[in-house]
Amino acid sequence: MTQNEFLNIVMPFKDKVFRLAKRLLVSTEEAEDATQEVLLKLWRNKSKIGEYKNVEAFSMTMTKNFCFDKLKSKQAQNLKIVHSNYEEKSTPLQKQVELNDSVSWVERIIEELPEQQRIIIQLRDIEEYDFDEIAKMLDMNNTAVRVNLSRARKTIRERLTNTHNYGIK
Amino acid sequence: MVLNNIEKLLEKYENGETSLKEEQVLKNYFSGDNVAPHLEHYKPMFVYFLGNQQEQFTKDLPLKTKNRFNYKWLSVAAVAVIMLGVYFSVPVIDDNCNDLGTYCEPEQALDEVSKQLAMISGHFNKGASTVSYLDEVNKGTSALGYLNEIENSTSIIFKTNQ
Repeated sequence: MTQNEFLNIVMPFKDKVFRLAKRLLVSTEEAEDATQEVLLKLWRNKSKIGEYKNVEAFSMTMTKNFCFDKLKSKQAQNLKIVHSNYEEKSTPLQKQVELNDSVSWVERIIEELPEQQRIIIQLRDIEEYDFDEIAKMLDMNNTAVRVNLSRARKTIRERLTNTHNYGIK
Repeated sequence: MVLNNIEKLLEKYENGETSLKEEQVLKNYFSGDNVAPHLEHYKPMFVYFLGNQQEQFTKDLPLKTKNRFNYKWLSVAAVAVIMLGVYFSVPVIDDNCNDLGTYCEPEQALDEVSKQLAMISGHFNKGASTVSYLDEVNKGTSALGYLNEIENSTSIIFKTNQ
């Protein structure tokens, strides 16, 4: 397999991989690194690509697992730093300005969802995958995906309504 | 009518029952300008979803085909070196008379063989002549015969006691 053939396979979904990674890891730099890592892994195993039924779904699963690993190791390494971040009560000016924009509210709200729900919202509402595809990527059954999705959507809507009505979070 | 439809879709949407097409309808409706005031709070959500789809991965991929060192060729080279070594170290045997250790002329060979054999027999005889000194031993034992004389004399002495 040449570089061009590989890029032709990977190009259509590399942005999706990146966005999923960003949804989970939050930071753009980290997400870029994760995407690069996932794609390079695919490249290294390019001889096996023909065996995969659905390279895209496979890559998404890989991304999810990779990000979970990243998060786990990060928590183990930087436990202290994470803590001190939480203790910071006053919001920096930059953040405050951002928060005035109601669209970035949504991002904040999604960030606060449990990881599983975050992934499902990302895959369904942003990447617009089929329920079956999502179920396969996450190794869950169809109903569980729907339930999680419904919970996530309701949470987002509730918080948005609150913000909208009272101007508080 | 449209509003009614949207509200129904929203309910289905929250229960996770909408199809992708219906969700597209919702996204289109909320990204438009004439959203009903009481549904206004849904707007940022759908706008965010649509906006987020545009985000792209811009970092380039360092795709390098690693030229891994091939150990197969190393063994081929090793075999070649061994073969060359064997070829040059073993003396080539051919019929040239210049070679050491052989004679081309049969007469010369005969001469040489008889010379060698004569030398061997000469040395052999020298060895056999030293064996003749064993006669001296025989002489020695014959000298021991004189001991009988002593016995004779002692027998004479002891005779008187009888």
